[in-house]
Amino acid sequence: MTIDRTLPNGGSIPLDSTPDLAAPEFRRRVLEGVTNGARIAALFGCPEGDSVRLFSILAWEDTGLLSVLSTTVKDRYPSLTPDCPQAHLFERELAEQWRITPEGHPWLKPVRFQTPMRGKSNEPLPTQCGVADFFQMTGEEVHEVAVGPVHAGIIEPGHFRFQCHGETVHHLEISLGYQHRGIEKALAGGPDKRTLHYMETLAGDTTIGHTTAYCRTIEALTKSRVPARAQVVRGIALELERIANHIGDLGALAGDIGFLPTMSYCGRIRGDVLNLTALLCGNRFGRRLIEPGGTGYDLTEDSLAQLRDRLKTAITDAEQAISLLWKTPSVLARFEGAGPISRKTAEEIGLVGVSARACGLERDVRRDFPYGIFQMAHIPIVTWHTGDVFARAFVRWLEIERSAMFILDQLESLPARPPAAPFTRQMSSRHLALALVEGWRGEICHVAVTNEAGRFACYKIVDPSFHNWFGLALALREQQISDFPLCNKSFNLSYCGHDL
Amino acid sequence: MKTLLLHAFMLFSGLIAAPFLLGVINRTKALFAGRKGAPLFQLYFDMAKLLRKGVTYSRTTTWIFRAAPVIGLSAVMTAMTLMPLARMSAPLSFPGDLVLFAYCLGLMRFVTVLAALDTGSSFEGMGASREVQFSALAEPVLIIAIAALVCAAGSPSLTAIFAAMTRATWQALGPALVLIVAALLVIFLVENARIPVDDPNTHLELTMIHEVMVLDYSGPDLAFILYAASLKLWVLGTLIVNIAISFLDLHGFFTPLAFTAGMLVLAVLVGIIESIMARLSLLKVPRLLMGALVLAVLAFAFIARFTS
Repeated sequence: MTIDRTLPNGGSIPLDSTPDLAAPEFRRRVLEGVTNGARIAALFGCPEGDSVRLFSILAWEDTGLLSVLSTTVKDRYPSLTPDCPQAHLFERELAEQWRITPEGHPWLKPVRFQTPMRGKSNEPLPTQCGVADFFQMTGEEVHEVAVGPVHAGIIEPGHFRFQCHGETVHHLEISLGYQHRGIEKALAGGPDKRTLHYMETLAGDTTIGHTTAYCRTIEALTKSRVPARAQVVRGIALELERIANHIGDLGALAGDIGFLPTMSYCGRIRGDVLNLTALLCGNRFGRRLIEPGGTGYDLTEDSLAQLRDRLKTAITDAEQAISLLWKTPSVLARFEGAGPISRKTAEEIGLVGVSARACGLERDVRRDFPYGIFQMAHIPIVTWHTGDVFARAFVRWLEIERSAMFILDQLESLPARPPAAPFTRQMSSRHLALALVEGWRGEICHVAVTNEAGRFACYKIVDPSFHNWFGLALALREQQISDFPLCNKSFNLSYCGHDL
Repeated sequence: MKTLLLHAFMLFSGLIAAPFLLGVINRTKALFAGRKGAPLFQLYFDMAKLLRKGVTYSRTTTWIFRAAPVIGLSAVMTAMTLMPLARMSAPLSFPGDLVLFAYCLGLMRFVTVLAALDTGSSFEGMGASREVQFSALAEPVLIIAIAALVCAAGSPSLTAIFAAMTRATWQALGPALVLIVAALLVIFLVENARIPVDDPNTHLELTMIHEVMVLDYSGPDLAFILYAASLKLWVLGTLIVNIAISFLDLHGFFTPLAFTAGMLVLAVLVGIIESIMARLSLLKVPRLLMGALVLAVLAFAFIARFTS
């Protein structure tokens, strides 16, 4: 096996040290990596002259390292997808963003219906969002159900096409892009005043996760060190975000099956936990808490004591409300067996986060690619083997418990407040830096490539939802269409995090 | 003259009080959830608001869609005139009126389903298909349960059945009557689109049954539909409460009192059921209905054996 250029999570390497492979060699090495147990964390293009340089970031869970492979492509290259299903959405994205044709890709449908970032400006804009060919089944009693982009609940827009036979779904196709804001394009040439705001609102419910990933990328490029105390506060904020969202999700799952007690209480308790983030920085979603070089706010003695007490109360309340789910037969009857994904499928399509762990895959950035406080304090990984709605719900609950224990532990031994360290904003030129963070949905991957001036030549964001939406489509196969809302909620993926 | 007044009073009190039951159900659910809940008279306010609004019709729909709310409401009102209040006779009664009663409810469902199909929406089509599938299983339960009551009372009219039912009937056929009440309770939940079969509060169009069929209605039409649904709840509730309170052997003034208490208890019971259990998967609803059918058949066989 060839040794690739590797770097740790939160590391950076000079661009010139990553060999520019020939396209077939690039393909061979990526496939070899995936066969040997690596996972594609990102596959993206960066403009270089009038061609595009493709980078593939492979995540090696066994060594905790990431390898970078690259190739320069003019307008076509041999597609990875036929031999590596987890690349399929990345390649569709490449085709859409850079007008590159991955040859042999089964179906290069638009991902976000965005304007290409390369090519003549007078070319016609892509079709209206959502207007595309959809897979169709034919047959006497087959019918098609279209849901969205406007939904009955207050949720984000997305379009779902079901191919049904009676109540049974044979195929679900998910078409997104309604929330596309052109963030990656806006980030090129940065960072500037707006950059942090973009990161905070990439996916509003993952503010901490995305800003942490961004700040770690910047810190890798500026070679700055983050004080231990700030690392702990970042860790606490990340786990608070996880607890709040998991509690909200479990409540929403209960709501979908009409189980009122858990639904009502979880809605309230989620708010209590969000308020703890507000205690840290004044904002319930943690905006302005994480900043390059450290944190924007520090814990005072008073807020520390409050945080400890209020978190304990919230977790006790949550336990009472959520344990009802596991004790009520009618709830278990709905959860068990709904929307199952096999471990093999999960591995093939590269699921991450809760959805992957619910299939029995031991996949967690905090353990596999430890960074910051997670290098010192380990949170035990939680998995379940059934891959169904129950598994995704139960893994969430166990993670709430583990994260709460972690926070309470950390509060006992907070490092001393450091002297204010100057933060240099000068970033290395022609470097590639990357950071993985285990957000509450799963692996968040940020990759920055800088130009000669030390500004972003391109900035790639991979939200966990980007990996997982396809998992939802597969989970629905041969399921009841009436179970779709439940399965959807059990994944609870982000639309705006995907659409960027 | 006195009976006429009594009948008018019975009918009007039902027409006026029916939406209140839904308020009680919702308030019970709110209490379980630790909320204050909507006012008990919320449905009246909703209807008053809707009646003042205009209507919007989809261009796809025809006269069927517009006629359905009116036909549905009249059908359920007709069913109400056939239903006695414990031992007090119904405004309208004749031998075999129970068949008309069952089919009034059937007509109401039929027009709702037709109107849903009339909109041409895939959601409403799915709702209609579910409604028809489940009612095909629910109707036999209702008919057999009523047939069992006919056997027990020896008379084919609702008024006569409840006039003949006393504590003695309970003493002779108690277990069978309990089975009938249980079967009718299931039908009550199914027909009124309550948990565990349907979720009246959900906004998820893919999981709905009854609610999805009326998604396209607005204004006074929607008010009619909401009102008709509350009357259906009332009239089916009356059937159950009538059987239950016949055990008390009440006379005169106490009858309406016990009846009112019975209806309130039923509403609270529904609220409790909805608060402590989740909705069934749609695949399992037929099993619940088959269970109810077994109870009804058993009751029928029991009564047929012991009354002949």
